Amino acid sequence: MPDKSIKDTRIELFGNIMDNPVIPASGTFGFGYEFNDWYDVSILGSIALKGTTLEARYGNPLPRIAECPAGMINAIGLQNPGAEAVRDVELKKLKKVYPKKVIANVGGHSFDEYVKTAAILDSADNVFCIELNVSCPNVKGGGMAFGLDAGILEELTAAVKSAVTKPVVVKLSPNVTDITVTAKAAERGGADGLSLINTLVGMRLDLKTARPIISVKRGGYSGPGVFPVALNAVYNVREAVSVPIIGMGGVTCAENVIEMMYAGACAVMVGTQNLIDPFACKKIIEDLTKVMEKLGIDRLSDIIGRAHNA
Amino acid sequence: MKKATLTVISNTALTRDVFEMRLAGAERPLPGSFLEIGLDGFFLKRPFGAAGYKGGILTVYYRVVGAGTEAMSALTEGSELEALTSLGNGFSAEGVTRPLIVSGGLGIAPLKYLADCFAEKGIRPVFVAGFKSASEVILKEELEKICTLAVATDDGSTGFYGNAVEYLKRNPVSFDRYFACGPEPMLKGMQRFSGNGQLSLEARMGCGFGACMGCSIKTVSGFKRVCKEGPVFDAGEVIFDAR
Repeated sequence: MPDKSIKDTRIELFGNIMDNPVIPASGTFGFGYEFNDWYDVSILGSIALKGTTLEARYGNPLPRIAECPAGMINAIGLQNPGAEAVRDVELKKLKKVYPKKVIANVGGHSFDEYVKTAAILDSADNVFCIELNVSCPNVKGGGMAFGLDAGILEELTAAVKSAVTKPVVVKLSPNVTDITVTAKAAERGGADGLSLINTLVGMRLDLKTARPIISVKRGGYSGPGVFPVALNAVYNVREAVSVPIIGMGGVTCAENVIEMMYAGACAVMVGTQNLIDPFACKKIIEDLTKVMEKLGIDRLSDIIGRAHNA
Repeated sequence: MKKATLTVISNTALTRDVFEMRLAGAERPLPGSFLEIGLDGFFLKRPFGAAGYKGGILTVYYRVVGAGTEAMSALTEGSELEALTSLGNGFSAEGVTRPLIVSGGLGIAPLKYLADCFAEKGIRPVFVAGFKSASEVILKEELEKICTLAVATDDGSTGFYGNAVEYLKRNPVSFDRYFACGPEPMLKGMQRFSGNGQLSLEARMGCGFGACMGCSIKTVSGFKRVCKEGPVFDAGEVIFDAR
């Protein structure tokens, strides 16, 4: 008889066995190693790296942040040191404190840039999959533009797939009428998995000047306010495709992780909450076994998609 | 960097809209560093420069500019606040014997603490404090005890008629390093005035500890985060017009 008091939080993603399904989301955790000043990051299931482009990018002018009820808007604009620096400098620094495999996040302005960037990050030995950011609302003439049109998305996914050896996860935008349409397009293009949702386009105005607070007017809204939207998207996409789903959007606690997994996610990313509480992922991981105990769950992988059979 | 629960010891109005809050529960900060204070009902924490530390009590000064600081001004003694303390770098004052300190408006906050730290070492800085007008002047008596203080006001209602940078141009001061904090036009003015100093910058922040890249600026040595590599930068380093 297996010992029922030991809760099994492990999950498998593309053959990579993770100690738990908790992954800090891209853009909320830098390149990971700096969080080791707060806690031992090696407890994390995996880490999704800051969105990376071929060349270094400064991103958008300041202000890039606006507060909202139950969340925030950001318009960073993919600030990053460029793909080669990420592979040769950032990933090496991360490896010293995080021996497990990580997820590289790839952004771009053209097919060519996505393909080249993905190929560079594909060659890093501690990267186990490539997350394709086709849903960043903060990059002009790129980013989200590639993720809203099903035809373009399918083609881009196929182009990147043909240039890399590792599994490709397409990160989907919620800024569409029906997210299952783009989900199916990515699957047709050869995506090995999907991650969803990226941020929702939003705006805040300054009461005194009547001008947008964000320098580029609008940005991506994230935080606990989007959790129900994200959960619904994961639920719907689970019914539309068969590839693994990484769920994210407004996750703040272990209970949210369970809900995401019920809806069909096999791993869960935690984003904005890392910015509010640097210990967020650590707390969620620690709470996870307690919540499993309370709900009578022995093996976390058993609950993936449970909502669809309940 | 530390996560801490701070207790409000006092929260007092100094002018029409500027408050002094004294907090217990924080470790001793470096002068120039800041803390992020969480407020019930507001999603993001707010950054404030450490403006003093004595007997385990940390002081911050803030202006009521929006709903968050409005709520903050209503906090009473004994209120508990979630905070991230000792964030960012600090001023480099090592080896400085003739410091010049220059503030604009509430930029005086972190510089008051720097002046305290110089006083502890027996060094008396020259402190030029600029304000909009006489009604905005704070910390005058405290600073006069430990600094050679000059007050400048934009409307000339007290002290020198003009801003702090103009004061320095008219009244040359001998110094081996300056430390400045204030609104961006003033910091630009200080950068033009002399490269031999440090500027403490302000920015809208997401996290306050380097994760979100919400406050990155351009410098001569690449992109830097106000909250992590800053808020204090060498004067010659900051590229202002790119912000």
